[in-house]
Amino acid sequence: MAVLTPSKIDAYALAPEKKLTLYMLMLGFAALLVGTLFGPLQAFNYAGINLYTFLKPLVQSYYQGLTIHGVLNAIVFTQLFGQAVMLYLPSRELGLRPNMTLAWVSWWMALVGLLITALPILANAASVLYTFYPPLQAHWAFYVGAAIFVLSSWVTVYLTLEMWMRWKRRNPGQITPLATYMAVTFWLMWWLCSLGLVVEVAVFLIPWSTGLIGGVDPLLMRTLFWFTGHPIVYFWLLPVYTLAYTTLPRLAGGKLISDPLARLVFLLFLLFSIPVGFHHQFSDPGIAPAWKFIHMVLTMMVAVPSLITAFTLAASLENAGRARGGQGWFGWIKALPWNNPTVLSFLLGLLAFIPGGAGGMVNASFTLNQGIHNTTWIPGHFHLQVATLVTMGAMGTAFWLIPHLTGKRLVGEGYAVASQWLWFLGMFIMTFALHWMGWLYQIPRRAFISGSPAAMEAYKQSGVWMALNAISGIILTIAIIFFFYVIFATALQSRHEPSQVMAEVPFTQVISGPQGSGLAALTERVWFWFGVAVVLVVLAYGPVLFQMLTHLNPVPGQRLW
Amino acid sequence: MDDHSIIERYERAWIFFGLGMIVVFILLIGYTLVSSRGSIPLAVGQVNASEVRTQGEFANPRVEKVGRDYVVYMQAFAFGYLPADIRVKKGAKVTFYITSPDVLHGFNIERTNINVEVIPGEIAKVSQVFNQTGEYRILCNEYCGIGHASMISKITVEE
Repeated sequence: MAVLTPSKIDAYALAPEKKLTLYMLMLGFAALLVGTLFGPLQAFNYAGINLYTFLKPLVQSYYQGLTIHGVLNAIVFTQLFGQAVMLYLPSRELGLRPNMTLAWVSWWMALVGLLITALPILANAASVLYTFYPPLQAHWAFYVGAAIFVLSSWVTVYLTLEMWMRWKRRNPGQITPLATYMAVTFWLMWWLCSLGLVVEVAVFLIPWSTGLIGGVDPLLMRTLFWFTGHPIVYFWLLPVYTLAYTTLPRLAGGKLISDPLARLVFLLFLLFSIPVGFHHQFSDPGIAPAWKFIHMVLTMMVAVPSLITAFTLAASLENAGRARGGQGWFGWIKALPWNNPTVLSFLLGLLAFIPGGAGGMVNASFTLNQGIHNTTWIPGHFHLQVATLVTMGAMGTAFWLIPHLTGKRLVGEGYAVASQWLWFLGMFIMTFALHWMGWLYQIPRRAFISGSPAAMEAYKQSGVWMALNAISGIILTIAIIFFFYVIFATALQSRHEPSQVMAEVPFTQVISGPQGSGLAALTERVWFWFGVAVVLVVLAYGPVLFQMLTHLNPVPGQRLW
Repeated sequence: MDDHSIIERYERAWIFFGLGMIVVFILLIGYTLVSSRGSIPLAVGQVNASEVRTQGEFANPRVEKVGRDYVVYMQAFAFGYLPADIRVKKGAKVTFYITSPDVLHGFNIERTNINVEVIPGEIAKVSQVFNQTGEYRILCNEYCGIGHASMISKITVEE
């Protein structure tokens, strides 16, 4: 078998960015595997069943398990998927290669950061959940590792922008190709919004956890966290939107309706993703209601690009369905390739995004939020968004992307299709139950109720909904096994069949292109719009942050888990 | 099939519908804010969290009767609420001043719109009129440590 080794090296020598993308992707899925295995434990907790007793002494508490679940799934997996896809797509589209030395630096930073963060979490020295609100204080290594991990994404920001500017120099006056435009606006948005988290961790939490400063202001820390914490959901979402715009219509057999409108969507995300963080702080004293109202209006504005996306994607899918012979009002839906695991995952994920988006409007509505703030409604909401559309879009993409990168055929396509149906079904049942439990019975999120007789007594009326959580936990466990079997069996097999996989990224054709479009020309002025985004952020956050920084009220750290 | 001009009309209509919906929502929320009667948490000042248990109003957590109404000085701490026994009359306005001596907590009164993030160092003010007799549970809904799920208290509303 020694003969295989040189050919393997050759395969990647021609396209080293493929190897990098594969490593980013598989590191992300490895994190997702560990993180999702803790998911059903949370579902069973909300069914009143405590499975954590069986994990001692490996895992000390529900809150330690929840920290692993949140950090790995929401922070680690999502970022690595973004770093994989949002560098690879522009690289393929532009026909350019990123600086590979720096690209590997970013991968090693992500790995080292992840390992440094993992140690205190596994030692139960950082059971602070993925929001790590002070004054709960984790071991310093948790913050240091998280900082290195997040800064790895800044390297990808540079790599993407450098590649784009190289293309611009060679093609003066040309309009940036669509996937690249999406990647550029995406990374600029992320760089700007990640400043909140970086300042929180680097300036305050690392000195505080190492004992250099005695206290930090909990309100300021929450504000810096949510400066990043709301836009981070678009950081999770936009790689999947990019794939849905630029590959899904083609995979489904049709064309994208409008290229300029897709650009407008990403431009609106660049402008409105960030100045909205106070809608996570409606219940906080210390921020005037008028400021919260301003952020609420801006939050409502950020629904617009998603509404446009709903229209454009539905119309593009209709185009695909009719091209496949679908007739009448609904016939085109039936004509879509539901047996293609990638198309299936996007269709189901997008379907879940509709109630998820409606729930998001409730969360963003200042007064309605009082009824559901910090109840199980919230994890119900975001499991429709990030755990259904985002994760399913990533899983579905892996079904063609891993074969494309490795030259190995997808193993177990039937399991792939089944995993997507089960995932969708399990998430739908669970989020349905969590919404009702939060809204009707005010059951708090992130609460170890199955280990608390007082809590089980208080919430006994919601027994039926709790039973649904147990059912969803079982369904999702099966979905996890099926999915990870497919991708690891695919990636780790020794057979190479390059002729049997997609040789190129399936970039879609468009009906209305960017040529001659005034809108496309307007959106092309990326640096001008980035400047507008900065101004909006300064206006929406400046006065409040100034007030907080000049009235610091530091509080010492506590370890209460 | 590949003609974009028809679909462009629907596209424009859909965007205007979306914008219109958002404007209506914002107006409705504005109205509910104006008529919210004290359920929106307000900041009334800062304290030194380390001294909450020993100095100032919160060192003596209590229910004070002011005419027909009540004022409650309240601590949310790991893992409970003080005063633990709150009894008020039906129909009276109850104003809560609440803070934390340690970490973040939640202050969510079931069947009401009261839902406060209790932040150490910040004093929050909210008020509520209880129009039905019975027990209203107070639930902590912000993760505060190992005893978080059991951090439940109650308010008794009497005739």
